[in-house]
Amino acid sequence: MNRKQEFTITIYTENNMGLINRIALLFFKKRINITKINAGPTDVAEVQQFTIVVTETEENIQNMIHQIEKQVDVLRAYYNADNESDKYETVVYKVPTRVIVSQQKVERLLHFYEANIVVRCNDYTVFEVTDQKSKINELEEALEPWGLESFVRCTGEKRLKVNIE
Amino acid sequence: MEKIKQVTPEVLSKKENLLTGSQVLLEIFLEEGVKTLFGYPGGAIMPVYDALYDYKEKLEHIQVRHEQGAIHAAQGFARASGKVGVVIATSGPGATNLVTGLADALLDSTPVVCITGQVYAHLLGSDAFQEIDVIGITTPVTKWNYQVTDAEELPEVMAKAFHVARTGRPGPVVVDITKNAQLQMITYKRRRLYSVSANYQPVPVPDIEQLIKAAMLINKAERPFVIIGQGVLLGKAETELLEFIEKSGIPVAWTIMGMSAIPTDHPLAVGMVGMHGNYGPNLLTNECDVLIAIGMRFDDRVTGRLDQYATQAQIIHLDIDKAEINKNVKVDVPIYGDCKETIPLLTGLVNSRVYLKWHQRFKNCAKIEHRKVIQESIFPSGDALTMAEVIHGINELSQGEAIIVTDVGQHQMITCRYAQYKHSKSNITSGGLGTMGFAIPAAIGAAYGNKNRPVVAVMGDGGAQMNIQELGTIMQFGVNVKLLILNNGYLGMVRQWQELFHEKRYSFVTMHNPDFVQIASGYSIPAQRVESREALKKALQHMFNYNGSYLLEVTVDKEDNVFPMVPQGKSVSDVVLNKEQLKTKNK
Repeated sequence: MNRKQEFTITIYTENNMGLINRIALLFFKKRINITKINAGPTDVAEVQQFTIVVTETEENIQNMIHQIEKQVDVLRAYYNADNESDKYETVVYKVPTRVIVSQQKVERLLHFYEANIVVRCNDYTVFEVTDQKSKINELEEALEPWGLESFVRCTGEKRLKVNIE
Repeated sequence: MEKIKQVTPEVLSKKENLLTGSQVLLEIFLEEGVKTLFGYPGGAIMPVYDALYDYKEKLEHIQVRHEQGAIHAAQGFARASGKVGVVIATSGPGATNLVTGLADALLDSTPVVCITGQVYAHLLGSDAFQEIDVIGITTPVTKWNYQVTDAEELPEVMAKAFHVARTGRPGPVVVDITKNAQLQMITYKRRRLYSVSANYQPVPVPDIEQLIKAAMLINKAERPFVIIGQGVLLGKAETELLEFIEKSGIPVAWTIMGMSAIPTDHPLAVGMVGMHGNYGPNLLTNECDVLIAIGMRFDDRVTGRLDQYATQAQIIHLDIDKAEINKNVKVDVPIYGDCKETIPLLTGLVNSRVYLKWHQRFKNCAKIEHRKVIQESIFPSGDALTMAEVIHGINELSQGEAIIVTDVGQHQMITCRYAQYKHSKSNITSGGLGTMGFAIPAAIGAAYGNKNRPVVAVMGDGGAQMNIQELGTIMQFGVNVKLLILNNGYLGMVRQWQELFHEKRYSFVTMHNPDFVQIASGYSIPAQRVESREALKKALQHMFNYNGSYLLEVTVDKEDNVFPMVPQGKSVSDVVLNKEQLKTKNK
């Protein structure tokens, strides 16, 4: 309970302007640094989702969840320790186009991980993958020898489960 | 705001009106049962004030002298009446002047709705004249806030504003309305009822299993102890509490905010907990075996050193706010819910008991406190007047009938220690934020909140000068409040700490005060100053009997200290009764 570790907090809210400020201030008030934050719509109309990653003690996180749920426009908040397997991450990679064209192995990799091509030009290709964190790590390792130019784990961990009762 | 659903599809009255946003706002006030507004006009709120011109008969508007005065008055109104206090202010400085009061209302869970004017929507973000990001500024100090740029939103937003302010754990709400929305004409259907956001569930459903667990603990206890907070007052559960206490026979203490929830002279009442609370309840917190906390939040001024607070006891915590459970003190049995609902359920499950021995412990402590502190404070042997004897004088005249509003500092602690109350909602003070300058405006509000009882504002010479401009409001509206200034020429509480903990290095606590009697007379408020014991009694009597506002300045002992005291960072059981004990215990 009193050891600091990484937690992912998922918050479902109404779609009201300024709510991100209200939530961020709660973390600031307790001097908890936000490592990653991701906000966006859910597949339920009018419901927004925030995913926030912080390193804190579980006790403080539990209190934080109560403080978040207390906000009038917050529908629900919960947290998960970051060693849980159901976590998904979205990443964007940039690789030289010639590698994809010449190396079948690379193309197969992209196919296997269901990568979506975002940009393809003569010099490089940008693709996006959403998968479990461990799978993303595997892919990254596999791509490494073929000249991974740059990558962004641009979003916070994004849980694909949307459980609004 | 689209989430809000209309419950009664059409309406109670079919009357349809084309009204301006400002008129709609005032109509909503009437529908919400608002009769009194506290406010101050200005550029961006002018359309509302223009509309108010035609509502003079229906809405009483108290024009204060400063927006901080308006919000403290609204707090005083809410605390005395149990209703929502309403404030109107303009944009920019009008809104920023509300911030202290909003913070005060948030920490003390006071239902207040503040309407602030805002520049035209098309000017937002352009640094227009008197434009400031009110929503941004007030976010950390409000329960909820919202900016209205389209008058069509008003009915829903205002319904939500009042609902949020008064339900669950009450709190302050700000609705910022742009000038175009105030002027915009809309078709307004009267009495549209909205169920506010289905997801906002202010009152948790009590868990019967936890209640049974709690009752089992209580029934097995040998030394149970109840501490009540403002939750009992906010939940209007005074009768339910009394039934619980009288059936269970458990000694009950209160926090500063829970004061007056039960009569101070009740045989089971043992006094106040906290830094300057009574000796017994502080000391015995660390000896009880079951601690039942009702509608209180274990503030650091109540618990003292947290890791030595009631560690021997099983703790039962009744609260409507889930975020309070386990926030400071680890709880064994949490009972979420409105105490008006949960207390009777608990009463039904507990045995009727008498704890003679345990009560005797409190009585013994009270005797010690009386001998070492109270006797000398109320009947001092020296010539200088003490704050406690002034409050004692008020008790004799008021007989527990008056609403007593205090400012912040030594006089506040003394008042809360010595004042006697018969009725609920009698003690109005700035507990959480400790806002100096609270007393005068809050007393004005209290006088409107409860017109049947005398209102006495007790303040020090420091706090009296922090919102002294509100004497103008008292003058203009003929508000009947008694103002009592306990003048020791110091910022007394800071001086006390400097004396006790900073080797008497009195750093900027001396006050060279104006002539308060002359100031009052400048505002046509009759006043007098007393410096002797003989004059005091007569002066208090005169003040009480005077029909109208009155200011009494009492020159009190310059270096009087408030004891008992739980020194900061010490355990509640380290409560000391005087300076000597503090020195020996600190060694």
